[in-house]
Amino acid sequence: MSSTEKVELDPAIRDAWHVCAVAADIAPGATAMHCLFGQRLEVARDAAGRPVVRGDGRVLPALERYGFIWTSPGTPPEDLFPLPGYDEPDRKNVVTGSVGIRVSAPRAVENFLDMGHFPFVHTGILGEEPHTEVKEYAVAIDPVADEVVATECQFYQPRAAVGSSGGAKTEYVYRVPHPFCAILYKTSPFDAVRMDIVALFVQPVGEEEIIGHTMMSIIDDRSTATEVRHFQLTIFGQDKPILENQRPRKLPLDPRAETPIRADKSSIMYRRWLTSKGVAYGVIPAP
Amino acid sequence: MLNDEQRRAWQPVASSTDLVARHVFAGAIWGQELALWRADDGHVNAWENRCLHRGVRLTIGVNLGSELMCQYHGWRYANRTAGCTYIPAHPADAPARTICNRVYPAVERHGLVWAALEGTVEGAALPELPMDGLVLRPVPVDVPPAEVEAALAAEFGRDRVRWLVQPVDAGRSIIRGVLAEQPAEPLPVLRRWSARLGRLRDRLEALPRPPVAPIPPELHRVDPALAGLPEPGPAGTSLRLRVARKWPVAEDVTAFRLAPLAGELPAFQPGAHIDVALPNGLTRQYSLTNGPDDTAAWVIGVKREPAGLGGSTCLHDAVREGDVLAVSPPRNNFPLRRDGLLTLFIAGGIGLTPLLAMARTLHLARLPYHFHAFARSVAHLPFVDVLDGLGDAVERHIGLDPAATTAKLEAIIGTQGEKHELYVCGPTPFLDAARAIAAAKGWPDTAVHFEYFKNERPRDASNAFEVALARSALTLDVAPGQSIVEAVAAHGIHIPTSCAQGACGTCRVGVIEGAIDHQDVHLTPSEKARGDCLMACVSRAAAGRLVLDL
Ligand code: FES
Ligand SMILES: [Fe+2]
Repeated sequence: MSSTEKVELDPAIRDAWHVCAVAADIAPGATAMHCLFGQRLEVARDAAGRPVVRGDGRVLPALERYGFIWTSPGTPPEDLFPLPGYDEPDRKNVVTGSVGIRVSAPRAVENFLDMGHFPFVHTGILGEEPHTEVKEYAVAIDPVADEVVATECQFYQPRAAVGSSGGAKTEYVYRVPHPFCAILYKTSPFDAVRMDIVALFVQPVGEEEIIGHTMMSIIDDRSTATEVRHFQLTIFGQDKPILENQRPRKLPLDPRAETPIRADKSSIMYRRWLTSKGVAYGVIPAP
Repeated sequence: MLNDEQRRAWQPVASSTDLVARHVFAGAIWGQELALWRADDGHVNAWENRCLHRGVRLTIGVNLGSELMCQYHGWRYANRTAGCTYIPAHPADAPARTICNRVYPAVERHGLVWAALEGTVEGAALPELPMDGLVLRPVPVDVPPAEVEAALAAEFGRDRVRWLVQPVDAGRSIIRGVLAEQPAEPLPVLRRWSARLGRLRDRLEALPRPPVAPIPPELHRVDPALAGLPEPGPAGTSLRLRVARKWPVAEDVTAFRLAPLAGELPAFQPGAHIDVALPNGLTRQYSLTNGPDDTAAWVIGVKREPAGLGGSTCLHDAVREGDVLAVSPPRNNFPLRRDGLLTLFIAGGIGLTPLLAMARTLHLARLPYHFHAFARSVAHLPFVDVLDGLGDAVERHIGLDPAATTAKLEAIIGTQGEKHELYVCGPTPFLDAARAIAAAKGWPDTAVHFEYFKNERPRDASNAFEVALARSALTLDVAPGQSIVEAVAAHGIHIPTSCAQGACGTCRVGVIEGAIDHQDVHLTPSEKARGDCLMACVSRAAAGRLVLDL
């Protein structure tokens, strides 16, 4: 398969952490085969329960965070990006499912940042006609954390979360702390102050093939983990056929490749940010 | 890279029967994907299979009959031109006119749909084919087109079936055959050919051959102007209303019921109008027809004006139920007095809309009024059901010629009774006639209320003059061709406008000093003579300088 051929990785991608397995899937003593950048990986745990990742004929760096095992083909930073709130004791942290999709990692991230598709793709759940307007929001690069941040996002949602009982204007904050990971903070139906966290961690199996892993950290003592999973998998299942019909599969970084509108401000910022980092994997670089 | 021959040759891309109503069919020529769809008017569209917005295949979109809607963000593209007509994420903005998907020439002949990657519909000639032949079931073969052609010729010859090979890609083809004549019983014939072609396909695909690389899709760059972010839509149209219902109310008149997305509509008065920002970028004014007992949704009546700039035709043709329109809060420059002892309403054609709202108001308040509705024919009289609800107060005057209309107006208007008020709305000649009659019969113009749809008087903006803004302590020049509204806007002072032609009265500004050259049709002669206000979008200084209350 051409999409999983070995390619030379750009430094930004080579030296980053990448999700490669769901932590709960790797029992102590067990070994599982996975795939990253078209390379086979062996993911296991040592006697002390620490993750061990082998690939390319050597032991690769490994880390366990947010319910997943992460590795890197290069020299990654000491730790993964932080996820404030995740450790609060009353939160329900649920690994909500992994979906294989024939698309590039950045196309999946861009879809995650996109509110305009809610009424058409997640009809009756995250959006509903005629509430189609994407109101003005703010987007910027946080220079300290080096991440894309979109704030003041709001959208009318018929059933924003698994615990919602009716439609509400939902407020969103998006973070892209990693070229292939995005995090969303949204109004919780059960807490006026704190926000629910939904994360997308993309495992680039190949340039045009991914596994999208999702995780939720929510303030909700009513819904069961299974209900939360079903909700999230329904959403992802609705995105999959759209993503698999995007052409080209790689994300074009040329500003003239596609036609943005103001609602796409965050995607434009994300594409520029990828360009500035020199990301070449899963994208068509700007000419 | 494709060569010229590959680009320009007509290729069969579908059987006519594949293009079923309200479906989108996937086709391809030399590795270039096509979205094929038939509109309700029968037109066959062959477009690049990629939404200009975020690249989603249009074959997973929705064929709405006159438009194709992309599945991802609901962008809509027009039949024939593939111009984007609506972007749901920004209901107040008109899509840039240049947002246009790639359209390939396509024709439908001999039971097949033909397309070419380049050229015009008139361009290259189509192959000669039997006129009423039987189109066989297409058979896809994963074999290069040239090989398939050679195999077909060797296997079946050319006498009974005309063979066509659609080059789907460098290594993929679709066999399409047309039988010279229609057999009496087509089904067994079709089955037989399907079986034969199936066997041929299996044999060809089993032959050893080196792998053929697919031809990459040609992805064209969009216009540089489209790569940036467009600015927000027209200011002032801050309400978002859904077209809850669209229905014909007379010959050439369509009514729209506009409902709020959530919550309640702002209050309005009889005579008020709204600005509607249209998907084609124009803004148009329409009077509300609602009575005070009908506040859940606004109803406007839109007359099709084929000679206009496309505002009404856009509403008639492009806007559909469920669409969201950006609309201004209501503005009332045609207020209704409710202290008359008798109110006369005289409506010409579509000019009835604001008067309808007024009559309904008086009707509910049990105040005396007469309503005279003039129309070319019974079929041209809009909102008959609402008129029926007004009962005896309504008199219809149908099909009168100009002379008869004048005579009728003379009879209706008569001499003014004590505290009688006259409200007139309609086309310019009709309105002019009614006002002239009222004036001749001695009605004071304070009792004659009117609203023109448009300012059809000749206007002259050729002089230069100075305006002093009393409250802003600012003096500035108005250049020839420039309006007062434009001149003060350049200094950051915003005068609200609506029709921008001196008809609606929104841009009224107080005048403290100076001689005015009134060019509007909104003010009454006595208001004009008083000289204490003007319509800043069209009127100017008669001489020298004006001091404005701004
Ligand atoms: S990709 Fe077609 S509307 Fe957005
Ligand atoms: Fe989605």
